[in-house]
Amino acid sequence: MSHRTGLEVSHAAAEAVKLARVEVVAAYPITPNTHVPERIAEMVANGELDAEFIPVESEHSAMSACVGSSAAGARTFTATSGQGLELMHEVMSVASSMRLPIVLSLANRALSSPLSVWGDHSDVMAIRDCGWIQVFAENGQQTFDLLLWAFRVGEDPRVSFPVIVNFDGFHVTHVIEPVFIADQAEVDRYLPPFKPNAVLDPRRPVTMGAYGPPFIYSETKKAQDFALHQAKEVMLQGFAEFEKIFGRKYNFVETYKAEGAKVLLMVIGSFAETAMDLVDKLREKGEAVGLVRIRLWRPFPQEELRQAVRGAETLIVLDRAMCFGTLAPVVSEVKAALYPEEKRPRIVSFVGGLGGRDVRLEEFEYMVKRGIELAQKGQEEAYETIGIR
Amino acid sequence: MEKFSIYAPRLVNPEENFAPGHRACIGCGEVLAVRYALKALGPNVIAANATGCMEIISSCLPTTSWKIPWIHVLFENASAVISGVEAARKVLARRGKIPPGRVFCLAMGGDGATSDIGLQSLSGALERGHDFLYICFDNEAYMNTGVQRSSSTPYGASTTTAPPGKLSIGQWSQKKNMAAIAAAHNIPYVATACSSYPFDLMAKVKKAAEVKGPAYVHVLSVCPTGWRHATDITIQMGRLAVESGIFPLYEVENGRYKLTFDFPKLRPVKQYLKLQGRFRHLKDEEMDKIQKQVDKEWLKLKSLVGMAGEKKPVPVPAQVEGRAQRAERKGQSAKGKAQRAKRQGLKTSGTKTTPTRRPRKKSKKVSRRGKK
Repeated sequence: MSHRTGLEVSHAAAEAVKLARVEVVAAYPITPNTHVPERIAEMVANGELDAEFIPVESEHSAMSACVGSSAAGARTFTATSGQGLELMHEVMSVASSMRLPIVLSLANRALSSPLSVWGDHSDVMAIRDCGWIQVFAENGQQTFDLLLWAFRVGEDPRVSFPVIVNFDGFHVTHVIEPVFIADQAEVDRYLPPFKPNAVLDPRRPVTMGAYGPPFIYSETKKAQDFALHQAKEVMLQGFAEFEKIFGRKYNFVETYKAEGAKVLLMVIGSFAETAMDLVDKLREKGEAVGLVRIRLWRPFPQEELRQAVRGAETLIVLDRAMCFGTLAPVVSEVKAALYPEEKRPRIVSFVGGLGGRDVRLEEFEYMVKRGIELAQKGQEEAYETIGIR
Repeated sequence: MEKFSIYAPRLVNPEENFAPGHRACIGCGEVLAVRYALKALGPNVIAANATGCMEIISSCLPTTSWKIPWIHVLFENASAVISGVEAARKVLARRGKIPPGRVFCLAMGGDGATSDIGLQSLSGALERGHDFLYICFDNEAYMNTGVQRSSSTPYGASTTTAPPGKLSIGQWSQKKNMAAIAAAHNIPYVATACSSYPFDLMAKVKKAAEVKGPAYVHVLSVCPTGWRHATDITIQMGRLAVESGIFPLYEVENGRYKLTFDFPKLRPVKQYLKLQGRFRHLKDEEMDKIQKQVDKEWLKLKSLVGMAGEKKPVPVPAQVEGRAQRAERKGQSAKGKAQRAKRQGLKTSGTKTTPTRRPRKKSKKVSRRGKK
């Protein structure tokens, strides 16, 4: 049986990795993800976890070693943040194109410059199109759960894609929370051993990472994108099986008190926790306000999103990153997804919480008020920034 | 063993793990070296290949020349990739998921992938002590992208990014000594080799693979396309490189230097340079400069061999002794002497705006006077 315990979320993530019986971990220190690999290194040093921990000399090498390890058939994990992910960037698309189911826990951090070790989503948004499956956790429990799910789904031979589990730097990583830690037997039931489609092994030699001239490159890319879309079915099975064993339910797009809501707030990541408080408060006052949380970021759940916002008049989207020169990342996906709808809500875009700045309850409250106002008269600017001086 | 040359080839593994039909240039010294290396290693190997000529000529989808498990990821990370492979094999064997026993882990890259963009990942993997062999196939420039300079390009060579011109000799810097950098990691085995000496190359690769821990082999890969010489003299070019001392063959076993071939008299380096279009623009005095540098490096290498192998250092022949060696022998460093002279020069010149050439002359006089 699971037991409920209070621990730092980074350590809960490390517990999930250990329970997944991970075989190789290659990681490089960077705030705020560091407690995850530190705890894993400790587990390996103590003999709690029979794995190889490679303390590489850069994140580029961390992801490269993960590619080698996964290609050699080992269950592979790494963790990073912000600039670390940027240094991995080059290798990220190779990992997904070679269909290597590495799991990466990403403690979201802002990008330099100015240097900021604090949280926002500019790191993951910069690599969103790298072909990895990407999910967002909002708290410690979800981080723990989604890491187990990530191994199961990514390694499924029908999927065979790497997975990023996002959890906000500091706002989630460094918080001590009560978390249900599953026991080994439960995890073993949920997560079968890794049986890859192809492995680097002298007994059956394969060539991996070949070179693709124009006559074949397009076909490889089309096949890859098709496979990523197809993976959604296995992801749902992964959620269903998770609920059966652990009793906690997940979906691509999740709602909170959204039934009959005229105004919907939409967030991604740990914002959801504060947003839920606001929704409770407004619902108590009798206002028809609900919340939509994006769990799955890639492949983007367009159809599920359309269903989730159907019937709403105003949709207020809060992004934790900017896309310089255009719309913020989440709102642009949302607008694209809703464009084919005949009847769609008016969309208002906010950006907030950059570089670790808090977005408080009052600010969420302001956002709803202001959002309704802007929806009626039309938002002229691409987005409004919350709490900016 | 007077018929050794007939007998020796029979000892070579007849198995070809690098299939013919690849797209290498005619006269390529690198594919030859790869073929020999794979003969030496046999089928029990996993290879990680850096981006370069090699994956382009050998792995065009949906074909492959590799009969061994082979992975290409990126330009700069072959060492990190093989680190992951090695770690995975270790834990999988421990958990009983693969049969026990050693599989050679091989990483390979060109000189750019090794001495420039991939130096960090190579250094990391060497330092962490993974059980792997790294082979650098050094053709002395970025040949795959069209002959751009690398840090391994020799002084004076013409490349597309260091072309000779009115203001330039071409490559202005000296070739980076990768084998010495590898040896500085205190790894058990480092060697240099060349495909013009196939038995030596195979013996070294084998030895390197069998060593427990990291090993590094630096192979001079003659490149007619980039060096601009006839395609039928690849083997001769490699031999000239070795016999002129511009690319000496040696091993560093547990820190002990050992020359593979010692020559009582080196061939003039001109013989090697003259055959190549990339050195065509060099004047005689520039070739002499290269000759001096080769002599200096050769002596340095000989002294390393002497230091490790014998109690007494190998005596330095007077006619080729450089200024630095002379100063060192006399117990004063050339650098210290220059600094002293400079100091005295500045004192007498008295002004900071004096042109640089004049105080040097003065300083000589002053120092002479001082000695009196």
